[in-house]
Amino acid sequence: MTLIRTENLTKKYQQHTALQDVSISVPTGSVFGLLGPNGAGKTSLIRIINQITAPDSGEVYFNEKKLHPDHTANIGYLPEERGLYRKMKVGEQALYLARLKGLSKTDAMKKLKFWFERFEIQTWWDKKVEELSKGMAQKVQFIITVLHEPELLILDEPFSGFDPINANLIKDELLRLNKAGTTIILSTHRMESVEELCSHIALINKSRKVLDGPISEVRNEFRNETYEVDYTGNGIGFANSLWTGFELISNVPHHGNHKAVVKLLNGNSTNNLLAALLPNCNINGFKEVIPSMNDVFIRAVNEGTPIENESVNE
Amino acid sequence: MSKTGLIISREYLSRVRKKSFLIMTILGPILMAAVFIVPVLIMNSRGDDTSYIQVVDETGLFQGKLTQSESIKFEFLDGKLDSLKDNYDEERTDGILYIPSVAINFPQGIFLYTAKQPSLTLISYIEKTLQKEMEAAKLEAAGVDEKLLVQIRTHVKIQAKVMTDKGEESASADLATAVGFISAMMIYVFIFLYGAQVMRGVIEEKTSRIVEVIISSVKPFQLMMGKIIGIALVGLTQFVLWIILTFALTTVAGSVLLKDKVVEKPQHIERGLGDIDVSAVPVTGDAKDVAIAKVFENLESINFPLVIGAFLFYFLGGYLLYSALFAAVGAAVDSETDTQQFMLPVTIPLILSIIVAQSIMTHPDGNLAFWFSVIPFTSPVVMMVRIPFGIPTSDLIISALSLIAGFIFTTWLASKIYRTGILMYGKKVSFREIGKWLFYKE
Repeated sequence: MTLIRTENLTKKYQQHTALQDVSISVPTGSVFGLLGPNGAGKTSLIRIINQITAPDSGEVYFNEKKLHPDHTANIGYLPEERGLYRKMKVGEQALYLARLKGLSKTDAMKKLKFWFERFEIQTWWDKKVEELSKGMAQKVQFIITVLHEPELLILDEPFSGFDPINANLIKDELLRLNKAGTTIILSTHRMESVEELCSHIALINKSRKVLDGPISEVRNEFRNETYEVDYTGNGIGFANSLWTGFELISNVPHHGNHKAVVKLLNGNSTNNLLAALLPNCNINGFKEVIPSMNDVFIRAVNEGTPIENESVNE
Repeated sequence: MSKTGLIISREYLSRVRKKSFLIMTILGPILMAAVFIVPVLIMNSRGDDTSYIQVVDETGLFQGKLTQSESIKFEFLDGKLDSLKDNYDEERTDGILYIPSVAINFPQGIFLYTAKQPSLTLISYIEKTLQKEMEAAKLEAAGVDEKLLVQIRTHVKIQAKVMTDKGEESASADLATAVGFISAMMIYVFIFLYGAQVMRGVIEEKTSRIVEVIISSVKPFQLMMGKIIGIALVGLTQFVLWIILTFALTTVAGSVLLKDKVVEKPQHIERGLGDIDVSAVPVTGDAKDVAIAKVFENLESINFPLVIGAFLFYFLGGYLLYSALFAAVGAAVDSETDTQQFMLPVTIPLILSIIVAQSIMTHPDGNLAFWFSVIPFTSPVVMMVRIPFGIPTSDLIISALSLIAGFIFTTWLASKIYRTGILMYGKKVSFREIGKWLFYKE
């Protein structure tokens, strides 16, 4: 099942194109990582899904229905540039924003009470937002985002501004909400949280979608015949045993053993590599290196921009 | 409650509950009451400070004839001028008036010696008094009976009557001018005051970054209109409170402070009424009543239901027209300090209208008056000047329709700038760029 599907979204501003033919589909119940360098067009895409702006062409479907203003009640949005009315009291403000999302006053009160107790921040109710620290205000903002129990949460850099303890608290809440059925679109630059949380990703670069799919498939796609070899023996001998068909990427001592990363070149197989190594060392472990999201990100982005590519510079 | 309703109530309540609103609500009427009361108090207290003038009269004509009042007393002395000047005592006297023997033929040769710069009022009082006495002396010398002269002296006063369907009605240009100008000024000030509040509200939402959260729930247009309407209600609330409080304060203060003096000195009332001239009426004890009756008659000549209705319409119309533009300015900038260049084109027509209003007071039916009361950017102020004089219904309808069309236009224009501007951070925008925003697809 697909909760959000965009079809050939294009959005142009006067001088530049923010989105060009972007089609993504966000499966229901997934944690969907929306990745891309700064200025790639993520925020434009998020704003279109939130109906803050409209695309020049293309369509967005929510549960296979064309996006409609009523759908805003089913979406919770935490923008990257966020804030609250500084002079307004926390409780009053949370109530106001919840009611703008379509909750009744009594409903909103009940839910706010639940969340304030859950985060143990009942005493903040009558404080003005300007009296809160940045982290505290972020917590309030998170509650406001999830309060109306939306089917879809769109979070732009949700962990920025939190200390590690609170970032964990938010992460646990997100996982709990996801388990309960909430679909989450997560836009972030922190690749470790992408690996930890996301089931699917899409990468946007220079206004186009570069790749998308389940995170494991994406990472597998980016395997490039690189293997990690855990061995005992002479490091120099190990290096010398590799002939031109292999590239030694790293070779370091590791807990009395050695750990090397080798890339296969010229159509050599793993068997060729093992055959070359076996006479020179004892192999304790051998496994394929699955690229981290960080590597995937950097490579996917750089491949799209050959001028900045390392190999060209060399 | 609808989403726009929620926004209106937040905008309204958050402002009405502020301390500054309370302070302004209380301070406003006090200031306004002060405007009415202080001049009366000053007029009444004028007698407290009496000037004592010593007179050296070489002609011998004025002894005992100069009219004295509470504010000025004359004391005739026989001594020589030089010795008096040498013995000048600031404690006892405020000046020495020297009337040389040739004064009656050479009236420019009269001197007033003082230690301090004398006031204009003092000099003109002495001049008038001497003039009157000299004229009387000359008339007597020429053989004219002064009583005859008093009989001949004629004071012409025109009573303006406007012929309307309801018959003849008294008209007062003075009163119409006053009513028109005060209401025009109030509209001008209110538009500035509350338009700026709309602008500040938009900037606040933009800089605090809450705007993106809100417009993921409501349309930018709803947010903008909610703010504009909410603040309009704040303005109306304050306005109504001011009228009630001003009325109460003026009444209470007036009856407490002025009660005794009013009874003692009816002539001050006459002066207080300003331009109502009662000198055509014999000055008797009834003068006060006659003058007041005249004021009431004049008040009736102004169509107050029309003036009040028009005031509310033009206040709201003008406010809606300008506040939409103020909202657009707020959306286009990042902070209040950047508003200058965009404020100018918005405020120029408003300032122009108050300047034009002053010349329109003298020609309320001229071409200038007509066109400026049709153009929606100037009509709220200019029309309020014209209405108390009475205007053709057709003018009123044209002006009202054009104002409605005007604010629909500016609201449409502003909403286009607004919805793009509120999402632009950290970028200095130019007029060119704002022009482009108008053509972005929603």
